Amino acid sequence: MAVYHLKTPISEEQVRKLKVNDTLYVTGTMVTARDEAHKRALDLHNNNKQLPINLEGLALFHCGPIVKKVNNKWTVVAAGPTTSFRMEPLQADFLKNFKVRLVIGKGGMGQKTVDAMQKCGAVYGAFTGGAAILAAKAIKQVKNVEWLDLGMPEALWILQIEDFGPLTVAIDTYGNNIFEDVQNKAEIKRRTIYKKLSTT
Amino acid sequence: MVNQQVVETVAVKLLQLAVTKLPSDTKKLLQKAYENETPVGKSQLKAILDNIELAEKTAAPMCQDTGIIIFYIKAGSELSGLDKIESALRKATIRATKEIPLRPNAVDPFTHENMGNNTGRFVPFINWEIVPGNELEITVLPKGGGSENVSALGMLTPSDGVVGLKKFVVDTVINAGAKPCPPTILGVAVGGGADIAIKLAKKALLRPINEPNSDPKLAKIEQELLQAVNSTGIGPMGLGGKTTVLGVKLDYAHRHPASYPVAVVVQCWAARKATAKIYPNGKVEYLTHEVT
Repeated sequence: MAVYHLKTPISEEQVRKLKVNDTLYVTGTMVTARDEAHKRALDLHNNNKQLPINLEGLALFHCGPIVKKVNNKWTVVAAGPTTSFRMEPLQADFLKNFKVRLVIGKGGMGQKTVDAMQKCGAVYGAFTGGAAILAAKAIKQVKNVEWLDLGMPEALWILQIEDFGPLTVAIDTYGNNIFEDVQNKAEIKRRTIYKKLSTT
Repeated sequence: MVNQQVVETVAVKLLQLAVTKLPSDTKKLLQKAYENETPVGKSQLKAILDNIELAEKTAAPMCQDTGIIIFYIKAGSELSGLDKIESALRKATIRATKEIPLRPNAVDPFTHENMGNNTGRFVPFINWEIVPGNELEITVLPKGGGSENVSALGMLTPSDGVVGLKKFVVDTVINAGAKPCPPTILGVAVGGGADIAIKLAKKALLRPINEPNSDPKLAKIEQELLQAVNSTGIGPMGLGGKTTVLGVKLDYAHRHPASYPVAVVVQCWAARKATAKIYPNGKVEYLTHEVT
């Protein structure tokens, strides 16, 4: 359960050192993307078009923030993670094509992503769900926003972050997945709990 | 006589209180849970408690998902002008969305169009109750999507009975896993019909979370369910730990002889709610929050 302070761009080598239950704080550039932004990024890639930003080594945040314009400048008001599982069908291709090294979200992801993380060299960092002000506090600046036509929550927000965390490494490059372990243990307990409830 | 302007002002205030300041019932339970947790669980609860404090200090929404807006109205039967309340609550929702701000969350299910102001067909939703007297009580429950998505209705058979109810609650929690941002609160209701069970289950979330049921029979089941779901080990944010659920709130209605509907409405740790009472002389009393 080591603690790491990482700076973007994060290298594949750095990310392969991380193990589940490690704690991370990240400084540098992070982009937000939910379902629609994942779709658009992959559509562009499949049509041989460039993304507005090179994502290699950056952090990807599953988040639909509340953003406000103050004096003509965007300010992030609240930015907690959204449920990562919705991005499961698209995440593996996204990792393969764009080489982000850190996916930040809540609730964990499925086997397809776990395999892709092992293969491409990326980890999943769980940020506490709902802790939107804590997240916003570590976002120092909105560097840019792309695809605002998708709506505020779905747009690609490019953010300057400082010690963004704590993130718990929940999927590492060795195929470990905390969420799956916890879920499997709960499944095993289901029978025992049933038995106890039937006798009281 | 209902004063539309007062209703609007109070509703904006209630929305602001609800999304920026967690009522003390849930906060106390989170603090207690923190003391008893494992290291991983503690790290999640610490982030939650720090976040709650920051939200209060900066008057910003504690979670970026400020929910679908639901109102519960208790209207005194002697009041006139009750028809004006709905438009006042809609106006309040639009104002609060801009002023606080709230995330625009009301989306047309066919066109995916978002009006951008948290209003739409049946949104904000208003639950009405007519009570004796001349007072108006307004409660707002901004309900987040992540936890709502794992809420469940089970049309059990009467022979499944109370054991079936308990198993259904445990199943709902295990199936939900990390998704609803645990530790959660469960509103549970049995009986009535499909719609009645869900309505009662959601309304049960308005009761103080840290107080046992006034009916000892129900209080016992609530306690038993709480222990059962917490023995799953899912823990804060599904990363493992002792606290998966902070409280279980149970209600019931009499049922059809052939039916045994069980509803479980899941509420994330950000259990946002706020209530105020408006008296005929214009005095406003906030029941869930201290307002200076």
